[in-house]
Amino acid sequence: MSSISSITSSTPESGWGDSTLNAVLYHLRRNPLVIIGLVIVIIWIFIALVAPAISPYHPLQQNLADRLLSPNEVYLMGTDELGRDIFSRVLWGAQITIPAGFTVIIIGSFIGTIIGAISGYLGGLADELLMRFTELFMAFPTIILAMAVTAALGPDIQNAILALVVVWWPSYARVVRGLVLEVKSQEYVEAAHSVGAGGMYVLFRTILPNCIAPAVILATLDIGNAIIVFASLSFIGLGPDPSSPEWGRMVSIGIDFFDQWWMWLFPGLGIATLVMALNFIGDGLRDILDPRLRGES
Amino acid sequence: MNFLSYLIRRTLFVIPLLLGITVVAFLIANAIPADPINANLPTNALNNEEMIQAFREKWGLDKPMHEQYLTYLGNLLRGDMGVSIKTRNPITEDIAQFLPATIELATVGIVFGTFLGVSLGVISAIWKNTLLDYVSRIVALIGVSFPVFLLALVGLTVLYADWGIVAGPGRLNVRLPDPPLVTGMFTVDALLAGQMNIFWDALSHLILPALTLALYISGIISRITRSSLLEVLGMDYMRTARAKGFRERYVINVHGLRNSLIPVVTVIGLSYGNLLVGSILIESIFAYPGIGRYMFRASTSQDFPAIMGVSLLIAVIYVGVNFVVDILYYFLDPRIRVGG
Repeated sequence: MSSISSITSSTPESGWGDSTLNAVLYHLRRNPLVIIGLVIVIIWIFIALVAPAISPYHPLQQNLADRLLSPNEVYLMGTDELGRDIFSRVLWGAQITIPAGFTVIIIGSFIGTIIGAISGYLGGLADELLMRFTELFMAFPTIILAMAVTAALGPDIQNAILALVVVWWPSYARVVRGLVLEVKSQEYVEAAHSVGAGGMYVLFRTILPNCIAPAVILATLDIGNAIIVFASLSFIGLGPDPSSPEWGRMVSIGIDFFDQWWMWLFPGLGIATLVMALNFIGDGLRDILDPRLRGES
Repeated sequence: MNFLSYLIRRTLFVIPLLLGITVVAFLIANAIPADPINANLPTNALNNEEMIQAFREKWGLDKPMHEQYLTYLGNLLRGDMGVSIKTRNPITEDIAQFLPATIELATVGIVFGTFLGVSLGVISAIWKNTLLDYVSRIVALIGVSFPVFLLALVGLTVLYADWGIVAGPGRLNVRLPDPPLVTGMFTVDALLAGQMNIFWDALSHLILPALTLALYISGIISRITRSSLLEVLGMDYMRTARAKGFRERYVINVHGLRNSLIPVVTVIGLSYGNLLVGSILIESIFAYPGIGRYMFRASTSQDFPAIMGVSLLIAVIYVGVNFVVDILYYFLDPRIRVGG
């Protein structure tokens, strides 16, 4: 939690002036990994957008005569047990995984922020109840709870995303609650109350805007995580159906074809490069925003 | 605060948490599926009125929700988690059979992972912004960015199939007999029986999955160690210790590491949850017959009661491990002993 509060304290409260922009550029230059990460992520997002146009084959098109071929000039990443082109499937996979990861984070952080904000603002018994409720969800390791929820709902992509939202909101609720508690005692909040602003107005118009930056940063750090957990759910069969070109699912099918390494390596590297790039960005952001780790002491 | 009252206080905190976990598990099992009977009984039993009636009575399905929960809790306390659709065995029996293998794997994994993670973190912090720092941070980044199942597959290809320096899938060479059953952990049982050849073979099978898990959790551990140690290294008391003329090694070991240990221990406790999850993802790859492979098979075959049983078990183990971590704080953090 300490890293979060230090993120808050170093977040500029008054817009993005010239000096802030210069500071950002200065730190970006000192963290080349952030740029590399950004480039890789942008490439993946671009691939997701144009996958249908650039992939040589349809991801579901079977060609049984060409099954289990190793990478060659026709099939850049080889073919799978049904003769489908792995390269095309990996490109199409980006269309599933990237939106799934972002959806989980956006909805999860939204719900968590609302619950955390209300909990912190109301205080007292409501706060106590909401926080104990939140802790229950945090008592389960992330994937375990998501597995149970997906299994109960029935495995498909929507349900996997829903299950991940269920396990994702609590950390945001905790962080935002802490921030709201901090901001709530500021004089300008008192000022808003004293001119007669209503409770919900003050919470959503005065307090929350001052808590949003750290929550957004937490979300950025978290996307890679969400993508890995989504791929893992799908790996154990609780995601899209087996024919889907989802990366985790492709790796899972590839286990049965261990010697045909191209079947599991390329989709696996899809997950790894994307998540690693997101972590480059996240790490860089943390270094930039957390002065204790900046190494200037 | 003395140790006993600290212990009692932490225990009182854990009990409602455990009860809460059973409530969440109960709600997932009974409130979400459209029809709990459909979800929990094998297809061939669904035409059998008697079996459906028996199931309904056992779990109190025709009673109101709160009574259903009490029935559920009662069954649970008697060690009854229902029957697996796939194996047809009571889930408690399945778990008892497969759990020791996973505990063995997770224990070796956490030892390796802690060693690797703390070493990498300390190296990074002490030689900050040098080549050593970058290399160990990249190793840590691989640990958190690569999906654990990919690490397992790559490890198996390189270390087993290509180089042949570790044993392959399975728990024991098929030609060797299982050691006499005491704990269910093959390495321990083999040692107890004095069967050294079985011990070495079991260990050789254990190394690769354990290393995979270790790499997976060491990323998080080394990051926390690095930032925690960096923070401590900048403290005034470190400068004081140096000014007193202590050697650097002494300053770091005694003043630095000791004080940066608390967040590290927290993260190791939390990593145990990751380790159990990791075992679900990799045991199938290593054909390692533990609770992870059981869970994997349950989820690929829609074995709902087994999934719920293992989820509950893992949550309880996770809470248990973090309870132990809380107890460790008492010895690590003198502030608890002095203050409230």
